[in-house]
This record gives sequence, structure tokens and C-alpha cells, in this order.
Amino acid sequence: MNTVGAEAFGGNSEKLPLLAVRDLCKFFPVYNQGVIRRKIGDVKAVNKVSFDLFPNETLGLVGESGCGKSTTVRTILRALEFTGGQAFFNYEKDRYVELGSVNNRDLVELRKSMQMIFQDPFASLNPRMTVGQIISEPLQIHKLAKGSELEDRVDEILFEVGLKPEHKTRYPHAFSGGQRQRIGIARALIMNPKLVVADEAVSALDVSVQAQVINLLTDLKHAHGLSYIFVAHDLSVVRHICDRVAVMYAGRIVEIAPTEELFEDPRHPYTKLLLASAPIPDPTMRTLPPNPGEVADAGNLPKGCSFAPRCGCRCESCAENVPELQKVNDNHWAACPLI
Amino acid sequence: MNPNVLEIKNLRVSFFTDEGETRAVNDVCFEIPRGKFLALVGESGCGKSVTSYSILRLIQHPGKITGGQILLHNEDGSTVDIASLSEKDDKLYEIRGDKISMIFQEPMTALSPVHTVGNQLCEVLYLHRKISKQEAEKQVISMLGRVGIPAPERRFRQYPFELSGGMRQRVVIAMAMLSRPQLLIADEPTTALDVTIQAQVLALMKSLQEETGNSVLLITHDLAVVAQVADLVAVMYLGRIVEQGNVVDIIKDPLHPYTFGLLRSLPGMSKNKDRLPSIPGSVPSLLDIPPGCPFHPRCDFAQKGLCDCGEPPPETDMGNGRMICCYRAAGIRQLLEEKRRMEDA
Repeated sequence: MNTVGAEAFGGNSEKLPLLAVRDLCKFFPVYNQGVIRRKIGDVKAVNKVSFDLFPNETLGLVGESGCGKSTTVRTILRALEFTGGQAFFNYEKDRYVELGSVNNRDLVELRKSMQMIFQDPFASLNPRMTVGQIISEPLQIHKLAKGSELEDRVDEILFEVGLKPEHKTRYPHAFSGGQRQRIGIARALIMNPKLVVADEAVSALDVSVQAQVINLLTDLKHAHGLSYIFVAHDLSVVRHICDRVAVMYAGRIVEIAPTEELFEDPRHPYTKLLLASAPIPDPTMRTLPPNPGEVADAGNLPKGCSFAPRCGCRCESCAENVPELQKVNDNHWAACPLI
Repeated sequence: MNPNVLEIKNLRVSFFTDEGETRAVNDVCFEIPRGKFLALVGESGCGKSVTSYSILRLIQHPGKITGGQILLHNEDGSTVDIASLSEKDDKLYEIRGDKISMIFQEPMTALSPVHTVGNQLCEVLYLHRKISKQEAEKQVISMLGRVGIPAPERRFRQYPFELSGGMRQRVVIAMAMLSRPQLLIADEPTTALDVTIQAQVLALMKSLQEETGNSVLLITHDLAVVAQVADLVAVMYLGRIVEQGNVVDIIKDPLHPYTFGLLRSLPGMSKNKDRLPSIPGSVPSLLDIPPGCPFHPRCDFAQKGLCDCGEPPPETDMGNGRMICCYRAAGIRQLLEEKRRMEDA
């Protein structure tokens, strides 16, 4: 496996990122409808996304549907191929692997430490496999355990996610949505991963169950020293669970900051709009904003800033230049000239 | 004229499946006053959608309304019991889409993909009014403008696939509002939409309601949405209404342990930053409704011999139009106050 030294990522070993994403791009080709297929353009689903994820940190990725948040994490895990850019994963002490260029055999090895929890607990579990089979499959594929050791590992992880050993022989249909999501979490965690990607992991759940699963994710993070990339659209959940938040719009990160700072002092007009649109559970404060416009079409983006057509404070340069991320302070960056 | 548009009395709806009778709605009573926005809240499977579907008699086999009344009070003073009408009664056709209309969750499936937006909207008017084509077109275009669709004349001739999700939901709202219904039922109208578009659609529904003075029955699971738009709230659990009252009382000072638990489990509502208070367990199956208070297996205050046997608890009046169904209603304020203090610590 080709590795890179830690010098490239700050160097000081106190605070080395677990994952360093640099200018990640994922374009999907668009073809014409004629008899002869011809490529006529690209949908720039993810466009030059860069961020760091530190050990034991939860990074939120928020934005409207179609902004590229799911595509970003899927590309990082190599469920989709990179179009451009790099993602460095801290594979062992001080050594980084570039995920975009590793070969398939190394990728299998790497996947042990990178796992995913999916959104829909009804679609992500095979209905023909028992819970025991579902949870033990990753260990069998990677030949990490067998026989009674395998059974013990499964029992252990079931207990940790709040299920019982007798659930092993049952099929997913016998479980409620919240319990199924626990099965999905157990399947991801049995590999002892370092990085867990939760793609809308709680948004399909009812409020009362959602709180249980959020607490479980928090407990597991502390117990196993996990790092999460938490993709979500529910801002109140993100505020509760995340240490830092990146806001995406039309394939780009428009603002990234520590959670409280982002919610208290948003700088990008899109972040401000997003925060203002989230309903507050308080009937004495009714604050529905007037007209926030339409989400940008990733296949047909304007030349300059993608948010400019919806932006209340756009100026002439916004229509021409794509704004780069600018420093607000060491941890807070926003892609707007007016910050 | 009766002050209420709709009164539901002891409504029961059951689904007769192979596993047995599933009581989806059980003894539900509520009324919707004229010009008010009532939200029916609950988790999936609590019977909120079934309640709304039965108002328009859209329950299909193997479901059946097995008891109760759904009284629609017309503006001319007459009253119809929708629950007692036969499936093919002409009165039902006068009610659906005219006196009561509905907005569905998924705007793409609620619109026909093979008809233009204009065609589908005009159809509402052709069905319920004697109206010329030009006049219908004029009314439809003005309604499209009112729900905030830019260039309504152009959109009139487009198909639904040419519109974005938020636009489509506005077309559905326009369709529902065209006949100037007394009551608009909105079943999770914003669940499939992004937050920014959700805010837009909610603001639109609220302003249309204030403008036309119709009543709205909003079905939702999102308490934050309820807090933003509703006047009155009814909370459902396992086919029963467990708490009812005005929105400020319910959100600020919930009295039923279930409502309390739901609100506390929203991130940001408790002072404890590390752990979210949550309701233990999960919603039981409708085939296996617990005896006594249906919420007792998940309730911290359930008392043996009181809450876990016999009939479900009766309604207790808590003043200011508030009602809860709880055996421990008498001392509930104190119990909840203690729980809140413990969770915040």
C-alpha cells in the first residue's frame, strides 16, 4: 500500500486529521438523447470539496437535497469513483493512504476501518438474512473471526447497541424502525472502524426513537473513540450531535465552522437562510421567512456564485467569480466576499 | 351557523387483516372551529392519517369505519354525517374536493404526469361549478399566481415533471384551494420538502388560511412545524387522542407524559447538552394494544393496578380548553416538573 507521511497535514502530531479531503470532485456525465450517445456536459455533484476530520470528532454535512452531501461521503468511501482530488486516510500511526488511488485489494483492507450507516433501516437490511447473519457477515468476509469467537463478538455488539442475544435468529421484518437502525449500527461497528459515515442515519425515525438512537451514537463514539461524518438535513439534530459543521450548496462547501459558532454567528448568506428556515418548536416565536427561492440545479449552474440568484446581498462580482473559502478565524471559513 | 366546521365523535376505524382486527382509530373525538388551524400530531402508526382519510371516506378495503360520526356543518346551516353516507352517495362527490379538499404528502404522486398543470386544475372547477373554459382558465391562473408561482400563464401549459418539488406542492395547494373549501386537510404536506421550501409552503398555507378564513386540519409528526402554524393541537398515540388544547399550552406546558416525552426528545429542548431525554421502548403494534392506558409500558409514572389494566383512561379537563387522557391527571404537573428537573441536571 502506498502511504504518505504525516508532514503534509500540519506536521504537529498533536492534532493530525483522521481524514483529509483535498479538492474532491465527482462529476456525472450527461448524454444527449439521440441515437448516437454523445456526452454533452457534466453534473458537478461535488466540486472541489476540502475538509479535515479529526479523531474523535463528529463533522456534520448539511444542505438541501441535491447539494452533493451524500455523493461526497460515498465518493470518499469509494462507493463511487473519484473524478478528481484526493482524500487521505490516517491508516496507521503517521501514515496516510490516498483513497482515490488505492487498488481494490488494499481497499478491502481499508474498508475494515471505514464503515457506513444508511438512512432507511427498511431498505438497508436483507430481509432474507437473520439478524445474526447480517451482523456477522462483515467479520466473515474479512475472515476476522469464526466459530464461537464470532458468536461472542456478535453477542457483545448486540448488547452494546441495546438488543438481546435471542434477536440473532430473527429476521429484520420482526423489528421496529428504531431496532432495525440499531442492527445497522451493530453491523457497522462490529469491524471496530475508525471512521463511521452516518448518511441521514436518524431522519427516517420517529422523534422518540430518534432521541434513543442519537444517544446510542454518542455513547458509541465515546466508548470506541469513533469519528463520524454525519450527513443530515435536520439542523436541530446536527446542532446536538456535531462538533463542527460544513454547509454545502450546489456541490461546494460554502461554510465550515465549529457547531455553536456556525449557529450563533453564520457568515454565508445561504447558512443564514438555512438557519432561518428551520422551524423552531416555540409557538410564541413564529418566524417563517418570506421567499427563499429555488434550489440551484446542479446540471445547470450559473457562471459565478451558485447561490447568487437566491442571495439578497449579491453584488456584480458574484455573477462573475466563484468565491473561494475565506478565513473568518482559524476554524471558521466561508465562501462569500461579504463575510 | 355552527361554530365548528367539523365534529368527529367517537370515530372508530378498523382494518380487518389476516392477523386479526387492527384498531387504527379508536374513539377519537375532536372538533375543528371555523377559521382555525388544527394540527393532529403523532408518530408513525398512531392513526393520524387514517383519521384524515376517513373524513373524506378514502379508507379502502380491508379498512372500515366501524363506529362514530363525522359531522360536517355547512355554511347554509345544514349538517351531514359523512361516516353514515354510502360509498356511492352523490353527497360524497359534492364534499370531496369542494367543501373539503386535501393536500397529500408526495406532490409528484398527487399530480397526473400525463395532463398539464392547467388541465388538472381546471378539472376541479368543471366538476364542481358550471363554468366556461375561459372563466376556469382565468380563475386557475389567478390562483397559481396567488400561491406564488412565477409566470402562471406559462406554468399553466407545462407538465408536473417540468416543475420543482416546491412548485409542485404549490400546484397541489392551488388545486385544493380553487374550490374555496371550508376545510383543507393537509397530510404531511412538507415532509418530502427541503427546510427552505417547507418554510415557504407553510407560510403560504398560513397566509391563505388567514385570507380566506377556511379551516385547516394539518397532519404531521413534526412538533416544530406545529408550533409555527397551528392554533389548536391534538396529540395521538396508538389510535387515541391523548392530549388536546391550544398550541401555546401544549408546546410550552405539555401535561400528558407522552406529549411531554415527545417534546423533550427534540434536540435543544432540554438543558442537558450530552444526552437527549427519550421515551423508552417503541410504539407497540396495533394488533397488540396494551390494556389500560395504551402508553403505560413506556410511561415513567405508570402505577401498577391503576394504569395497566381495565379500560383506557377517560378524558380529564385541565382547564383552558385542555384535555388529557391519563389516570394520573390529578398530580401530573408535579410529577412532570420533577422529571424535568432530573433530566436537566
